[in-house]
Amino acid sequence: MLEKITVKDLKFFYGANMALKGINIPLYANKVTAFIGPSGCGKSTLLRVLNRMYDLYPGQHAEGQILFDGRNILDPGEDLNLLRARIGMVFQKPTPFPMTIYDNISFGLKLYENLSKSELDGRVEDALKRAALWTEVKDKLGANGLSLSGGQQQRLCIARTVAIKPEVILFDEPCSALDPISTAKIEELIDELKHEYTIAIVTHNMQQAARVSEHTAFMYLGDLVEFDETSKIFTSPSDPRTQDYITGRFG
Amino acid sequence: MPSYVARQRKSTVVMALCLVATLIGVAWLFLILFSLLWNGLPGLNLTTFTEMTPPPGSTSGGLLNAIYGSLIMTIFGVAIGAPIGILAGTYLAEYGRHSKMTPVIRFINDILLSAPSIIIGLFVYGAVVVPMRSFSAVAGSIALAVIVIPVVVRTTEDMLLLVPNTLREAASALGLPRSYVIQKVAYRAARAGLITGVLLAVARVGGETAPLLFTVLSNQFWSVNLLKPMANLPVTINNFINNPDANWKHLAWTGALLITVAVLSLNISARIFGASKDGQ
Repeated sequence: MLEKITVKDLKFFYGANMALKGINIPLYANKVTAFIGPSGCGKSTLLRVLNRMYDLYPGQHAEGQILFDGRNILDPGEDLNLLRARIGMVFQKPTPFPMTIYDNISFGLKLYENLSKSELDGRVEDALKRAALWTEVKDKLGANGLSLSGGQQQRLCIARTVAIKPEVILFDEPCSALDPISTAKIEELIDELKHEYTIAIVTHNMQQAARVSEHTAFMYLGDLVEFDETSKIFTSPSDPRTQDYITGRFG
Repeated sequence: MPSYVARQRKSTVVMALCLVATLIGVAWLFLILFSLLWNGLPGLNLTTFTEMTPPPGSTSGGLLNAIYGSLIMTIFGVAIGAPIGILAGTYLAEYGRHSKMTPVIRFINDILLSAPSIIIGLFVYGAVVVPMRSFSAVAGSIALAVIVIPVVVRTTEDMLLLVPNTLREAASALGLPRSYVIQKVAYRAARAGLITGVLLAVARVGGETAPLLFTVLSNQFWSVNLLKPMANLPVTINNFINNPDANWKHLAWTGALLITVAVLSLNISARIFGASKDGQ
C-alpha cells in the first residue's frame, strides 16, 4: 500500500503545552483512516496539523516531519495556500459562505484556474454531483447557501472542497452536527470518495469508524496508542487501553 | 402569605417607577421634535431650497448655499474618513488580532471617539487653516473626517469580530490567501454591519457645529470654492439664531428641522438596513 502522507515523530505545542507527544503514522493512498479517542486526546489537533491550519494562530507550533508525496510540509518555506488546495478539510459545523450555492463552489475554482463560464458551470455541476447534492439544488443554484438544511449545507461544504480537486480530504467530525439520515448519506459519500481521494476522518462515533474506514488509529492523551486495520482494532486490539475504550469503559 | 403579597406590591411600585422614568426619557425626544416642527415647519417651503441666505432685514430667502455646503463637506468628510476607518478596523480585527498593540490602538480610538468636537475643530484650525491662511471647505471636510474615523473603526472592528472564525478557517482550508479570506468572506459576511456603521457616522457628522466653526466659518453667499469659506447649516443656524432679526430666526428653526429630519432618517434607515439584509 502506498503511503500518501507519512507523519514522523510529530510533536505539537499549544504555547508551552505539548498536545501531541511524538506521533508516527502513515495515511495510505485511496484508503480511509479513522482517528478515534476520548475528548482531548489530540485527534483533531493532529488533523489540523496535516493542512497546517494551526499557522493561522500564533503561539501554536509543530516539530517533526510530515511527508506528503515525499516532501516535508512542516518546512517553513512551504506554500501554505497550495498545500491547502491539495489537502482539503471539511469541518464539524457546516460553514457555507454567505453567497449563492453556485458562488460557494466556484469561489475556490476562480482563484486557481482560469475557466470559461461553461467550463465553470461544468465543474460546479461535477462537484455537486460528487457530493450527492446536484439533484436537490440544480434548480436553485442562485439561492443563498445558508437556505439549505444542515445535511445539505455539509454536503455543500464537501462539494466546495472536492471542486478544487485536492488529493487528500480531512474530515473533522463531519457528522456530529447532523441527523442520522444525513449522517448515512455522508458516510455513503465518503465510501465513494475514497476511490479518488485519500481520506482521514476524526470521529467520536466508534460505529462510524468501524463502518467507514479500513484503518483506525486510537489516540489517548496526545499519544498514538494503536494503529491497525479497522477490523483488527475493533475485534482484537493489542493494547489494553484500546480494549477499554472500545468496550466503553472510559471515554 | 403576607410576605408574598408585600413583594408583589413592591414589584408593582418599582415597575411603575421604571415605566414613568422611561416615559420621561422618551418624552424629551418628542418635545424636541414637536418644538422643531412647531417653529420650523411654517418656514419650510420651496424657497428654502431655492434661495440663498438673505441679509438681515429682508423678508425672504432660503438656505440653499448652506444645504449645499453641508452636503459637500459631509460627503467629503465621509469619503476621506470611512475608508481609513474601515481599513484600520480591518487591521484590528483581522491582522492585528493577536498583537499586543491592538488593545492600545483600540483604547486610543475610544478616546478619540469621545473627544470634544470643538477640540478637533481647534486642531484642524492649527493644522490646516493657519498654513492655508484661509478658512476653507477643505479644512471643514478634514475636521469631519477626523470625527468619522473613530466611529467607523469601532463599528468595523465590532462587526468583523462577529463573523465566526469557522468561516475564515473554511476559506483558508480551500487554500485562499489571507487577503481573499478577508475581502471575499469576512467583508461579505459583515457587509450589512459595515454599511450601517458608515451610515451612523454620516448621521453623526451631519449636525456637528463646533468643528466647522473654526475651520470653514460660513459664507453669506453661494460658493463652490473648496479653498474658501463655505456656507453650512449648523454654523448658519448658530449665526442666525443669535441675531434679533425675525426672518433669520425663522430660517434658523427651519434649518434645525432639516438637519434633524436628515439625521433621524439616516439613523432609521441604517437600523432598518442593518436588520433586514440578513436572511440568516
